[in-house]
Amino acid sequence: MAGRMASLGQQPEATEVVRRALEGRRADWRSRLFEGFLLFSLVVAFFFLVWLLVATFVESIPVWTERGLLDFLNTPLASNPDNAGISQGLFGSVVMMFLVALLALPAGVAAAIYLEEYAPDNALSRTLNTIIRNLAGVPAVVYGILGLSFFVLTMEGVTGGRTVISGGLTLAVLVLPITIIVSAESLRSVPASIREAGFGVGATRWEVIRSHVLPYSAPGILTGVILTLARAFGETAPLLLVGAAATGFAQPANATLLDQLHGPYTSLPTIIYVWARNPNPGFQPLTSAAILVLVVVILLVNAIAIILRNRYARKW
Amino acid sequence: MASPSQPLRADDLHVSPSRARTQRILRGLFFLASLLAIAISVGIVLSLASEAFVFITNVDLASLVNGIWEPRTLRFDIPTLIAGSVVISAIGMLIATPLGLGAAIYLSEYASPRVRGWLKPILEMLAAIPSVVLGYFALTTLSPVIADPICPGPTIPFNMVSAGIAVGVLITPLVASIAEDAMYAVPNSLREASYGLGARKRTTTLRVVFPAAVSGIVAALIIGLSRAIGETMIVSIAAGGTGGAAFNLNPCLPGQTMTAAMVGLAVGSDQSRAGEVNLPYLSLFFVGLLLFAMTLALNLVSESYVRRMRGKGAI
Repeated sequence: MAGRMASLGQQPEATEVVRRALEGRRADWRSRLFEGFLLFSLVVAFFFLVWLLVATFVESIPVWTERGLLDFLNTPLASNPDNAGISQGLFGSVVMMFLVALLALPAGVAAAIYLEEYAPDNALSRTLNTIIRNLAGVPAVVYGILGLSFFVLTMEGVTGGRTVISGGLTLAVLVLPITIIVSAESLRSVPASIREAGFGVGATRWEVIRSHVLPYSAPGILTGVILTLARAFGETAPLLLVGAAATGFAQPANATLLDQLHGPYTSLPTIIYVWARNPNPGFQPLTSAAILVLVVVILLVNAIAIILRNRYARKW
Repeated sequence: MASPSQPLRADDLHVSPSRARTQRILRGLFFLASLLAIAISVGIVLSLASEAFVFITNVDLASLVNGIWEPRTLRFDIPTLIAGSVVISAIGMLIATPLGLGAAIYLSEYASPRVRGWLKPILEMLAAIPSVVLGYFALTTLSPVIADPICPGPTIPFNMVSAGIAVGVLITPLVASIAEDAMYAVPNSLREASYGLGARKRTTTLRVVFPAAVSGIVAALIIGLSRAIGETMIVSIAAGGTGGAAFNLNPCLPGQTMTAAMVGLAVGSDQSRAGEVNLPYLSLFFVGLLLFAMTLALNLVSESYVRRMRGKGAI
């Protein structure tokens, strides 16, 4: 390559090079090698995904054959691996997802509407945008500290301390910046002409947003929010800081829903973390089984979101 | 409303008071929601800084550089944590840079739209794998299969290589997706000009598209690094710093990162009450502040690269 570039300066050879480049179907092994490397890097990345799924599945087979899926999902935690399950983890995770959807979704969409539709181009708006982008890059474990000192300690009267409510609030704060970003992106993709049409018939800004902008951007916002929820579902580190317990778990079997909301709690990823560190080898298949449940849920949700996005994607 | 027979008056063009009020109230609510971002930032900084300040004023400063991180014996060696974070994120970047950029170039320049439509969702699937899952995978699968053969002598399952590789796998889709966006945004006219001069695809990709997108690519790598430093669960499970660690740069040995130290402090394995000020508990906030400052600095640098890219009109 370098030699050929250098020879371009000399006339007769240059024409020869051009003629060969245009006519010849010579094997260009460097280009092939380059393309091969590119494809290789994608294959390696996907290989890890497949490897992980296969290894997890193979290791978890004893749980499915000896216990069955329903028994595993319905059994509470136990120190004996033979009768330990993930029911409390599923309960905690589902409650927290409800809290996240209830709090982060409206707040995130509202903030995105302000930033995209109302905010004037001034210093405050630019600062807000910068802050939101940086918040999205703050490590999750740092949000755990915020949850610990604010929701667990300062607001103990409201949240009850280390409860599933504190956990849900922490996750809601964690996903808020990402919710704002994906919603704002979706709002931005609605062309200005749609808004102008609304203003042209005398609608106020809110009426334009409600009847034009939001309906057109709803599929994008929805898929973005679904993907964000899936991320929150697998989040572990902040919950460890706001006290999702998995050892010494003592929630009486006849506890009411209110008791469960105000007592010790755990989540599916927390259980995986605690079981992964358990020296008893009997917990290995259980860990893999819990991982498989978590990964299948997350991948299914992702697949649904991607299919929805492709189906409703609008080219303006 | 003016009836058709009467001429239109200026008043008819005004928004009715009730509609205007709805509009004002909602605008105010949306504005308040966007201020939440400022509240969260202030909350993070306050919660970190106040307790970190109590820690730094009460701790014996010599215990911050004594070669061992073991909070229950009041040894808070910060260099140990930084070394662990640096080693693991360096291994992660060593994996994610070639894989992520290779995948990005393929998707942006080589893949047909059909292939791209299939590959991008799979990459997003990989990005969606929770880190706690990759941590267990690193400990039980990567450690015996990859770390054991490349490390001299017998290795224990907990080591920084396998954690670093898993971190690399975790951030590869992130790097790929941001870098791909940057290259995809390079205008086609540049590619066509290059082909017009007789350059082949590889030359066009490496000498034209890559340089035009380099700011976005650098931003992708910095965001990846920031994510690698902040990655918590993989390290807590697979790197083996539970309970404490000595200063160590050898990736075949266990290590402790800032993030894993925070989890260790939080789940109680490293906690004990010593004296009237609970220093191990407070050190959680100090380490958190350090981590926050490092990732914030990286994010700000990456943002300046993104702005540079926008300034060139490429995005």
